[in-house]
Amino acid sequence: MATIAATRPLVELSNVRHHYGKGHGQMLVLDDVDLTLNENEIVGLLGRSGSGKSTLLRSIAGLLRPDEGQVRFVPGEDGREPSVSMVFQTFALFPWLTVLQNVELGLEAQRVPPEQRRTRALAAIDLIGLDGFEDAYPKELSGGMRQRVGLARAMVVDPALLLMDEPFSALDVLTAETLRTDLLDLWCEGRMPIKSILIVTHNIEEAVLMCDRILVFSSNPGRVAAEIKVDLPQPRDRLDPAFRALVDDIYARMTARAPAVQVNDGLFPGTGIAMVLPVVSTNALAGLIEEVDGAPFNGRASMADLADQLQLEIDELFPMAETLQLMRFADLSGAEIALTPAARRYAAADVDARKAQFAQALLAHVPLAQHIRRILDERPSHVAPARRFRDELEDHMSPDYAAATLSAVTHSGRYAEIFAYHEDADQFSLDDPS
Amino acid sequence: MLRLTAPNRVDAIAFVLLTGFAMLVFRGAEGIAEPLSRLRIEPVMLDPLYLPYYALRTTLRMFAALLASLVFTLVVATLAARSWRAGQIILPALDILQSVPILGFLTFTVTFFMGLFPGRILGVELAAVFAIFTSQAWNMAFSFYQSLRSVPSDLDEVSRGFGLSPVRRFLRLDLPFATPALVWNMMMSMSGGWFFVVASEAITVGNTTVTLPGIGSWLALAIGQRDFAAIGWAVGAMAVVILLYDQLVFRPVVAWADRFRFEQTASTERPRSWAYDLFRRTRLLPLLFAPVIGLGRLLLMLDPGGGHRRTTKERPASRIGELAWQALLAAAVIFAAWTIIGFVMRSLNWGDALAVLGLGCLTMLRVLVLIALASLIWVPIGVWIGLRPKWAERLQPVAQFLAAFPANVLFPFAVIAIVHWRLSPGVWLSPLMILGTQWYILFNVIAGASAIPTDLREAAGMFGVKGWQWWRQVALPGIFPYYVTGALTASGGSWNASIVAEAVSWGHEKLEASGLGAFIAKATAAGDYPRVALGIAVMSLFVIAFNRLLWRPLYAFAERRLRLS
Repeated sequence: MATIAATRPLVELSNVRHHYGKGHGQMLVLDDVDLTLNENEIVGLLGRSGSGKSTLLRSIAGLLRPDEGQVRFVPGEDGREPSVSMVFQTFALFPWLTVLQNVELGLEAQRVPPEQRRTRALAAIDLIGLDGFEDAYPKELSGGMRQRVGLARAMVVDPALLLMDEPFSALDVLTAETLRTDLLDLWCEGRMPIKSILIVTHNIEEAVLMCDRILVFSSNPGRVAAEIKVDLPQPRDRLDPAFRALVDDIYARMTARAPAVQVNDGLFPGTGIAMVLPVVSTNALAGLIEEVDGAPFNGRASMADLADQLQLEIDELFPMAETLQLMRFADLSGAEIALTPAARRYAAADVDARKAQFAQALLAHVPLAQHIRRILDERPSHVAPARRFRDELEDHMSPDYAAATLSAVTHSGRYAEIFAYHEDADQFSLDDPS
Repeated sequence: MLRLTAPNRVDAIAFVLLTGFAMLVFRGAEGIAEPLSRLRIEPVMLDPLYLPYYALRTTLRMFAALLASLVFTLVVATLAARSWRAGQIILPALDILQSVPILGFLTFTVTFFMGLFPGRILGVELAAVFAIFTSQAWNMAFSFYQSLRSVPSDLDEVSRGFGLSPVRRFLRLDLPFATPALVWNMMMSMSGGWFFVVASEAITVGNTTVTLPGIGSWLALAIGQRDFAAIGWAVGAMAVVILLYDQLVFRPVVAWADRFRFEQTASTERPRSWAYDLFRRTRLLPLLFAPVIGLGRLLLMLDPGGGHRRTTKERPASRIGELAWQALLAAAVIFAAWTIIGFVMRSLNWGDALAVLGLGCLTMLRVLVLIALASLIWVPIGVWIGLRPKWAERLQPVAQFLAAFPANVLFPFAVIAIVHWRLSPGVWLSPLMILGTQWYILFNVIAGASAIPTDLREAAGMFGVKGWQWWRQVALPGIFPYYVTGALTASGGSWNASIVAEAVSWGHEKLEASGLGAFIAKATAAGDYPRVALGIAVMSLFVIAFNRLLWRPLYAFAERRLRLS
């Protein structure tokens, strides 16, 4: 879309910081975020789960007040501040209200008279294509139709800015695609009164398909890592080389190390035993190694192709790739993943040999696993309560992350048979299970 | 919009029903405004012709108590959910009130209410209604509070995003969301109320004996005159009343409340009610509910309106404010405890208190043994029924009816048997405590067994899991959370029942088992307030300790390990 139209700013965020939790286990969720949203553009906020993008969205929506920093709404020509509306991932429809009543909800809150309310709501329902379903209840509708109702409800209050929180991720691929194209049609034809859209997503292709500007959000803590302008004309073609090049570029940026962050191994925050690790299935890791090892990749694959081939979201692929890098089974560079010789041996080995290799890698490169094994070896009874390790971890991270990290290492450790874990007694031991 | 249209045939039927209903209400209510002397002029008589009128009065009392419970719930639970400070007092208070034996309260409340309206029936009626209210209100309040606290976060965000005012949010989000659980609890409360109706209509407090016209007094009189036929008539009347209000009030309400169910799939099993269908096909009936809808509209019109986003402001907790509040609460608790102890100590000493504690232990022993016995009998039967859907469908309502049925009706038969065979009351009066409450175990176990997933049962069948192994690894873990719920309710009910079950009479025969219940019953009859207070306090302590030390940990264990999510 040509950028001839005026681009006045609508919302300006400056130095926004927000913490999650209180006291000792406080996590920095947003760190010095600066952001401007202008008129006549669709902006995408792209990042992994837990990167704070939902928090940022809710700060703009006014549902949350950030601890520090400023969220400023720039008054328009008529002197009024722009209004904001939101579409939810889970649709958030009231089950006991009909479609018409759901759409009228915002107007009702604004004390709009009943006749006007009804007219406007019917017009909005017509616009998104649910004519005839006004008296239906949400439980009678499919997922795509429910999201259309959510969209109508958000649009009927004539907001200047539309916020969308992963609006299509709860839908199946075909329905999501239909809704995306319908939304883009409405936008391009100017049939919506909305001046700007901010869409939060973890789907890189969706972002490139829809947005004029993409802000890549890094996690832990969240901040804007990169800003990418998308100049491709609408309608965009997924198979267009320029499109694919952009997707590759974004993958690369998301795996690149932010220079300011000081990490020892891989891309995990924290060092030593305080490394925050994601819970990843050992089966999935083995599968990924086998996939990259086999044809057509033969040990080297671009992340975008791999995601495409395996139908994986970045939230699923990245933790696996990073774990492999941590254990020196792979190298991540640019937008590519390359298997090390150790990984290629792993792919060719049988179950026992694989376990042995995995155990070796785990003890060599994952400090927490090393630590647990050492403590168990030192104690005469070879038994240690898990509580002890969890407490140690909680000195460096929040209780939720501590539990998740310990879970991840427990899972890998059990697979590698370097220790055993008993859930009843909540303890680690060197014995074989009784 | 109210549109007046020509009535249809269905309207005629509904009209007849409603007019009849209204006339009944007026007939029953006019008896309340009479002076107290009326009760002496027209005492309760065991004449079957009067029974419908007595049944009417009793039903009115129960619905009055239900209405009061509903108002109480809406006010108190909302307050507890919205204000953290208020919640700190209200929730423990509700918990304790739930555990206090209601019948023990009667002594104090009757005197209080009769003092409010001296010389009029209204005072005693209020006392009876209040007694029933105390059996109905607590679980409704808890359920409403729980619902308010578990509103889905995305709906909450929508409400705040659109700036719904508090009133509008309550009417559009909180109340509808909480309605299904509330309706279910209202039904439970209603059926639990029958037990107390029987005990609260014929009250002997010291020298004062008041019998209100109602089924409870009828039964008390019949037991005093050893009249079997009269007891039979009363049981019949109760069954009819229960059937009527179930069909005409509760089933329609459950059918109506189905629309508020927060499940995203349209269930195939929608509750059916002929009365609800009837009302929906009428044309003039909406006029009847116009006042309620009008009230709702008025509230919405009056509220200043929003349209502004509502941001959650997390006020920094001021330490001094916190400490001051806690100190205030502690002081209030200590003061209350001091008052009670002072009151009791006026006429009793520590020796008495220890003796009462001993009696409490005796009753506790009885409750434990009985729960264990009831579990041994009903759990296998419940599992058998639950695993066969056809039987479960037929028998679960029966079990629920039995749970609602006031077991005190059957006590005289036990007395006759014990006297005839010269059995020891201490041992043989005990089963009466669990007579009414064992059904809670049964119908909860039936529900639990029918909820065991079919694929688990099929897997067990395929691998040849049988006998004790099947019980240990399939059935018992599967029903455990449901069993704990049932056993918890049964044990609470048994403590309450002990007050009427440990001291039973039939005509001139009075049998007594030594225990806390008998102690309280005797003290109530003698009008010995300090002893009653001591007995109630000790029983409440036992019940609360039971809950905290036994049922809650079991429930937590069930949630953690045995939930099939």
